[in-house]
Amino acid sequence: MPDLIVADLSRWQFALTAMYHFLFVPLTLGLSMLLVVMEGAYVMTGKEVWRRTTKFWGTLFGINFVLGVATGITMEFQFGMNWSYYSHYVGDIFGAPLAIEGLMAFFLEATLVGLMFFGWDKLSRPAHWLVTFLVALGSNLSALWILIANGWMQNPVGSEFNPDTMRMEVTNFMEVLFNPVAQAKFVHTVSAGYVTASVFVLGISSWYVLKNRHLGLAKRSMAVAASFGLLSALSVVVLGDESGYALTDNQKMKLAALEAMWETEPAPAGLTVIGIPNQKEHRTDYAIHVPYVLGLIATRSLDGEVEGILPLVAVAEDRIENGIRAYKAVEALNENPNDVQAREVFEQTKTDLGYAMLLKRYVDDPATADRATIEKAAMDTVPNVAMSFFSFRFMAGIGFLFIAMFAVAFYFISLKRNVPRWFLQLAFFAIPLPWIAAELGWILAETGRQPWVIDGVLPTFMGVSSLSATQVIMTMVGFTLLYGTLAVIEISLMIRAVKLGPGARILPKGIGGGGTDTHNEAVPARPRTIQFDK
Amino acid sequence: MELPLDYATLKVLWWGLVGVLLIGYALTDGYDLGVASLLPFVAKTDKERRLVINSIGPMWEGHQVWLITGGGALFAAWPYVYAISFSGFYLAMFVVLAALILRPVGFKYRSKRESATWRTSWDWALFVGGFVPALIFGVALGNVLQGVPFNIDSTLRATYSGGLLGLLNPFALLCGLASVAMLVVHGASWLVVKIEHGPVMNRAARFGQIAALLVIAFYALAGVWLAMAGMGYRIVTEMDPQGVANPLRKEVVVEAGAWLSNYGKYPWMILAPLLGFVGSAMAFVGLKNKTPLSLIGSGLAATGIVASVGTSMFPFILPSSINPNASLTVWDSSSSHLTLFIMLIVTVIFVPLILAYTAWVYKVLWGRLTTEEANSASTY
Repeated sequence: MPDLIVADLSRWQFALTAMYHFLFVPLTLGLSMLLVVMEGAYVMTGKEVWRRTTKFWGTLFGINFVLGVATGITMEFQFGMNWSYYSHYVGDIFGAPLAIEGLMAFFLEATLVGLMFFGWDKLSRPAHWLVTFLVALGSNLSALWILIANGWMQNPVGSEFNPDTMRMEVTNFMEVLFNPVAQAKFVHTVSAGYVTASVFVLGISSWYVLKNRHLGLAKRSMAVAASFGLLSALSVVVLGDESGYALTDNQKMKLAALEAMWETEPAPAGLTVIGIPNQKEHRTDYAIHVPYVLGLIATRSLDGEVEGILPLVAVAEDRIENGIRAYKAVEALNENPNDVQAREVFEQTKTDLGYAMLLKRYVDDPATADRATIEKAAMDTVPNVAMSFFSFRFMAGIGFLFIAMFAVAFYFISLKRNVPRWFLQLAFFAIPLPWIAAELGWILAETGRQPWVIDGVLPTFMGVSSLSATQVIMTMVGFTLLYGTLAVIEISLMIRAVKLGPGARILPKGIGGGGTDTHNEAVPARPRTIQFDK
Repeated sequence: MELPLDYATLKVLWWGLVGVLLIGYALTDGYDLGVASLLPFVAKTDKERRLVINSIGPMWEGHQVWLITGGGALFAAWPYVYAISFSGFYLAMFVVLAALILRPVGFKYRSKRESATWRTSWDWALFVGGFVPALIFGVALGNVLQGVPFNIDSTLRATYSGGLLGLLNPFALLCGLASVAMLVVHGASWLVVKIEHGPVMNRAARFGQIAALLVIAFYALAGVWLAMAGMGYRIVTEMDPQGVANPLRKEVVVEAGAWLSNYGKYPWMILAPLLGFVGSAMAFVGLKNKTPLSLIGSGLAATGIVASVGTSMFPFILPSSINPNASLTVWDSSSSHLTLFIMLIVTVIFVPLILAYTAWVYKVLWGRLTTEEANSASTY
């Protein structure tokens, strides 16, 4: 049996490195697109201010991009390093999207990003714009393949267990590719990236306007960010990735957990707006309940039922018992691959094989588990309800806030062309919010999937490598120190670049003067609102 | 569904394709690692350093993807190999990761501040980011050639019983030094082709010539060691190349000299080690005369040397020193037939595209880099 402490440590390390990696990803996804828009404006109008605007945001993009790439290598290697049995067990399916991501997307963005920074004087305007576009395309395609891989972990379609090789193997690649969970996740995640970049651009530009600096650049950037942000913020919420939550028992469990719904209610189910989930007593304390809403949102119908946590636990109990039969059949087939009877039992029960492995937390041989152990293992299929419940509420709350913020931004900037100071201040202080929402989204998606690493197929603790706790602690300390140092450097360089502003020369003054639009548009000191050109 | 290529053919193709990705990495990022290893020694002043850094600045990011895609392809096509080698070499992998993380950050952040301490620190970070991976990649291959201490149980869960220090045995260290020398030659050759004539190029050429001689010496020594110390494994049971991917259904013996027996069986394979020697000699001449022959030579040498590890061991990929029967071979450690086929189609479509746009980027950036250009504002 795998070492449970090593499994927990490896989970912490994965969470740490993945969440750190995802600090850089959303901005890369969104800012690359905004650069395409801004440079597009430069190519079409030929106005120097658009070029300067593109280059300025490009500098910030570069500082961010480099850490995304650097921390991405860890992600690609960590499956093999810490999750060796996982890699063996599902590599036949899971490895493909990762490899395709490299071939189709990562090569594209990484090869061309050099030209994006160094090619301004070497390429024609349209050619450079094409390069910027391809970098954005590569980044976004990269997200697509990673989310196809992640979507398969949540909803493992198109594959089945092969007792000859003791692993999952692909049976229908198209199903893996067009997995509805993956599609929903892709749209949701990419839109969240666009929102992140829009908030970033809007916030920093607002700061410039408040400080009366670089107004030409700042106002144009704000106009781009406001409309792009409004569309993206709507898309994130409307196309949330809840749409896949009705597909499997475990996705249903995740939905029930994030709504802290212990029992199945008659359709359409009510929504608990807020409360304190009590995992021990199986109830939600201090709940404020709104009737009908959840059923409508989750099933998009009046009569669709949303299943509760405890009925789903009962389903899991049955599946564990079925899984024990599958497990025994696999053992028999291991002894004798030609055992016809075992093959038949296996064919009938194979979809529940993973459930038997839940018992391995308590017994070495699942066949020996007693009733009490089976009940305990079934209860393990409930994720941390409070964590799912609250991370969902904060994430969704921030999502709705952004719709409101961008609607107001769009109204002030694009329609009224007059922005009050209070809004600029608000936009500036909103900068950290999209990152908080994105990280909460991952916490919900990945802890809500527990105890599975592959939903219904492989429990997380089974996937771990045969390492010692000391080894994992050593790398965890190493990553923390390295990543911590880099975070400090990155943020200080970002702040420095923003303070220096566009056209700034850190290096000896060279070709093309810098900082020409600094303080060039005189505005009376501290007006209540700031006028945008009609 | 009947696939147009049989399982055995796909396994051999994928053995070759992972080789192609690794060689692609050695050819491209290999010179970045070499240049970074040379940085503190060939470039003394800040201007010289920026010349050296910017000679690889716009391209290294794309080059590095060969390694990342190599990892991904190993995961997709050889999941056992990916799972067992990456977890087995756990701490060594971490050191490589840390070094590879330092490198991009070093490139991007080094010239963002004027302070000399700041810049020198990043220069050493870049050196570590080049030298350490070059060394560890060689050490890892040296260990693979000897066999790695892992076992596999009936559920195909692998356990590894070696540590970081076990990796640092004399033969593996020799391979590590050979790898560093090889990539230093490649890096020096790149500098000879890419940067303006001057003191930096002269120093690079001098270091490169010494390294080329060392490559020849180390590589020959490793070959002799391989023959004399009796490293090698052989499958003794009949194996079905079309068989299922389960590494526990064969018997393997340790056999002295087995790693050299392929060259008798398939004489064309001698081409690989031959390229290793001839390429290094060409690089030496090219570096001496400062001609592009250097880069052609170092490229051929890297190709030959990496390929020769594969050809010596075929059909073995990762032999087990404590339970040879559990060794991973081409015939029993791949993905399923369908996955290999799908991944082949993807590769056939995308690798030519990758080569095409990489060639275009090279064309745009063509020409010798001058100190003046390297120190202009739009560079690192």
